[in-house]
Amino acid sequence: MKINKFYLALLLLALVAPFFLYPVFLAKLLCFALFACAFNLMLGYVGLLSFGHAAFLGTGGYVTGWLMMNSGLTPELAILLGTVAAGLLGAIFGKLSVKREGIYFAMVTLALSQLVFFIYLQAPFTGGEDGMQGVPRGNLFGVIDLSDNINMYYFVLAIFLFGFWLVHRTIHSPFGQILKGIRENEARATSLGYNVNDYKWVAFTISSALAGLAGSTKTLVFQLASLTDVHWHMSGEVVLMTLVGGVGTILGPVVGAGVIVTMQNYLSGGELGNYLHIIMGFIFVVCVLAFRSGIVGELQKVWKRNFG
Amino acid sequence: MKMMKKTLLAASVAAFASTAAMANVTDGKVKIGVLADMGGTYADVCGPGCVTAIEMAVEDFGGTVLGAPIEVVSADDQLKPDVGSAIVRKWIEDEQVDAVGGLVSSAVTGAATKVLTDAKKIALISTSASNAFTTKACSPYNVHWTYNVVALANGTVKPMVEAGKKKWFFITADYAFGHALEGVASKVINENGGEVVGAARAPLGTTDFSSYILQAQSSGADVVALANAGNDTVNSLKAASEFGLTQMMDVAGLLVFTPNAQAMDPNVAGGMRTTTGFYWDLDDQTREWSKRFMERHGAIPAMGHAGAYSMTMHYLKAIEAAGTDESDAVMKKMKEMKPDDFFARNATLRADGRMVHDMYYVEIKKPEERRDSNDIFKVVSVIPGDQAFAPMLPECDFK
Repeated sequence: MKINKFYLALLLLALVAPFFLYPVFLAKLLCFALFACAFNLMLGYVGLLSFGHAAFLGTGGYVTGWLMMNSGLTPELAILLGTVAAGLLGAIFGKLSVKREGIYFAMVTLALSQLVFFIYLQAPFTGGEDGMQGVPRGNLFGVIDLSDNINMYYFVLAIFLFGFWLVHRTIHSPFGQILKGIRENEARATSLGYNVNDYKWVAFTISSALAGLAGSTKTLVFQLASLTDVHWHMSGEVVLMTLVGGVGTILGPVVGAGVIVTMQNYLSGGELGNYLHIIMGFIFVVCVLAFRSGIVGELQKVWKRNFG
Repeated sequence: MKMMKKTLLAASVAAFASTAAMANVTDGKVKIGVLADMGGTYADVCGPGCVTAIEMAVEDFGGTVLGAPIEVVSADDQLKPDVGSAIVRKWIEDEQVDAVGGLVSSAVTGAATKVLTDAKKIALISTSASNAFTTKACSPYNVHWTYNVVALANGTVKPMVEAGKKKWFFITADYAFGHALEGVASKVINENGGEVVGAARAPLGTTDFSSYILQAQSSGADVVALANAGNDTVNSLKAASEFGLTQMMDVAGLLVFTPNAQAMDPNVAGGMRTTTGFYWDLDDQTREWSKRFMERHGAIPAMGHAGAYSMTMHYLKAIEAAGTDESDAVMKKMKEMKPDDFFARNATLRADGRMVHDMYYVEIKKPEERRDSNDIFKVVSVIPGDQAFAPMLPECDFK
C-alpha cells in the first residue's frame, strides 16, 4: 500500500513536471531512464553485464528515423517497428552471446556492437558522421501534433510507463524469479531442470527490444539519430547510470539516468564543461568504493534499518 | 524657459522613441548563442576564440542595440550533431536566443541550421566549410560568411591542375565537410583535364594516418590532397612527411587554418599553397583588429575568428537599421546592406545567404622566410569573390 502511494506520487510529479522544467530535457531523461531500465534487466536480474546495448539503442533510432523520413508511417508505428528491429537484432546477438559468462559475455556483446557501429558508420542511409538529420516528429495516430513539446513529453511519458511496467512485470513474474535464481546460483537452476541459456536469451531479447524502444523514442524527441547512440561510449554510460542509481533495484536506473543526464545537461554549458568527464569518472569511483549498491540501494538499506 | 521646454520635449521624444524601439526587441534583449568546438579537433580554429571574437563585436558595437542589452552565451558542441542540435533547441525554446553564431563542424551545422530554420532563427555560420548551407540545404535564415569548399577548390586545386598536376588522390575527412570538399574539388579537377585516381576516407579526429598515407603512396598520383581540417591536417601532413610521401609527390592542404599552419613543421609545410578567407597580416586594418584579438585570445586569429566578428557586427548593424530583431526583417536588412570592414572586402551578402568576398591564395612560408612564429602566410594572389564562389542557385534565391 505504501509502495503504491509512493509510485502514485512519482506519477503525479511526472505529470506536472513539464510545466516547471524544459519538456525536451525531461523527455530525454525519460528515454535514458528507459534505456537504463532495459539494461538493468540484464545486469541486475540476470547478472550479465552486456557491453553492447548501444547497438540496440542506435538500431531502434535509425530504423524509426528512416521510416519517419521515407515511409510516411505514423510515429507510433515507426517506433513499434524500430523496437521490433532492435528486438530481432537482440535475439541474434543473444543467441550468440549467452553461451558465455562474465567478462567473455561482455566482450562478445562489445564486439558485436562494434560490428554494428561500423556498419552504421559506412551505410549511406544513416548519414555517417552527420547523422540522420531533420527527422519529422509527425502526428501521433495521425491526429495529435507531436511537434508541440508538451504533447511530445506526454507521449514519451506514456512509452516510458509502458516500458517500466513491462520491466516490473517481468521481474515479478515466475519467469523473473527464475532469472534471479540463475543470477544467484546458475548450477542449481540447471540442476532443477531449467534450460538456463534459453531463459537468458529471452531476457536478453526483451532487454534489447526495450533499449530499441528507448532509442526510437529518443530519435523522435531530438529529430535526429546519430552515431553517438551506437558508439561504445553509450554502452559505458548506461553501465554508469545503472551503477550510480543502484543495480538490481527497480527504481535505481531511473534515478541514475536522472543524475547523469541532469549533470550532462547543466554542466556542459557552464564553466565546468571541459571537466564533465572527470567529474563523472570521480562520481563513478566514489560510487564503487563508498556505496556499492547505488543511490536507491543505499536509501533502501537506510529505510529498512529505521522503519523496516 | 522656452529653451528648457524644447529640451524637455526632445528628451521625452527621445525617451519615447527608445522605449518604442525596445518594444521591437523581443523579450527586451538580443541574445546570441555561440556554438563551437571548445576542446576537440577544431578548438583552435573556432572554439573559445569564436566566443572571444563575438564578444569583441558586441563590445565594439556598444553592448546595446535599439536600447536593449546584447547577451552572448556559449556552449561546446563536442563535434556531435546530436549534442549541437539539442543545445540549439534548448537555446531557442528555453533561453530566448535570437541567433546562433560560431558553427564549426559541417555535420553539427547541418543539424543546428535545421532546428534554427524550423524556429525562424538566424544561423551565422563562420567556420563550416560545406557549401550545402547555401545550396541543397539552403534556408532563408542561413548566413554563410567566411569561406566554403567551392572557394577552396577554385582557389587551390585549379591553379595546380592548370600547372600540369593531373593525377590526384584524396585523404578525406569522413563526414559532411570532407565529402563536400572532395566532391567539389574532384569536379574542378575533371573540368580542367585532370583525373582523380583514388580516395581514402579517415574518420574525424584520426591520429594515426599511416594506413591512409600508404594507400596514397601506392596510388601513383601527382598530388595528394588533404580534404580535412584542423588537427587532422596537422597529423596527416606529419605522417606524410614521416613516410617520405612529401618527397615523392605534392601534398595540397585544401583547408589550412593559421593555427594549424603554425603547428606544422615549416620544413615540411613550407611552400605548400592553400586558400584562405582572411590573414591577420594583410594590411593595417587587419593588423589593428588582430592585435586586439591576440591580446585577449593569446594567439593569432584564424579566418573563422575574424569572420565571426565581422558577421556579428553586420548582424547587429542590421538589427539597428531594421529597428527590430525579428528574423525576417533582420535578414532582409543584412542582405541589403553591404558588409564592409577589415574582413569583408568587395563584399556582398547574396540572397541565398552566401557572403561573397575576396579570398586569398597563399603560400606557407619556409623557415628562412619567417620573422617570427606568427609570420606564416605570404599572399600569392587575391581571388575576387565572383571567381571564388559558385553562382547562386535559383531555388535558393530568398529575396
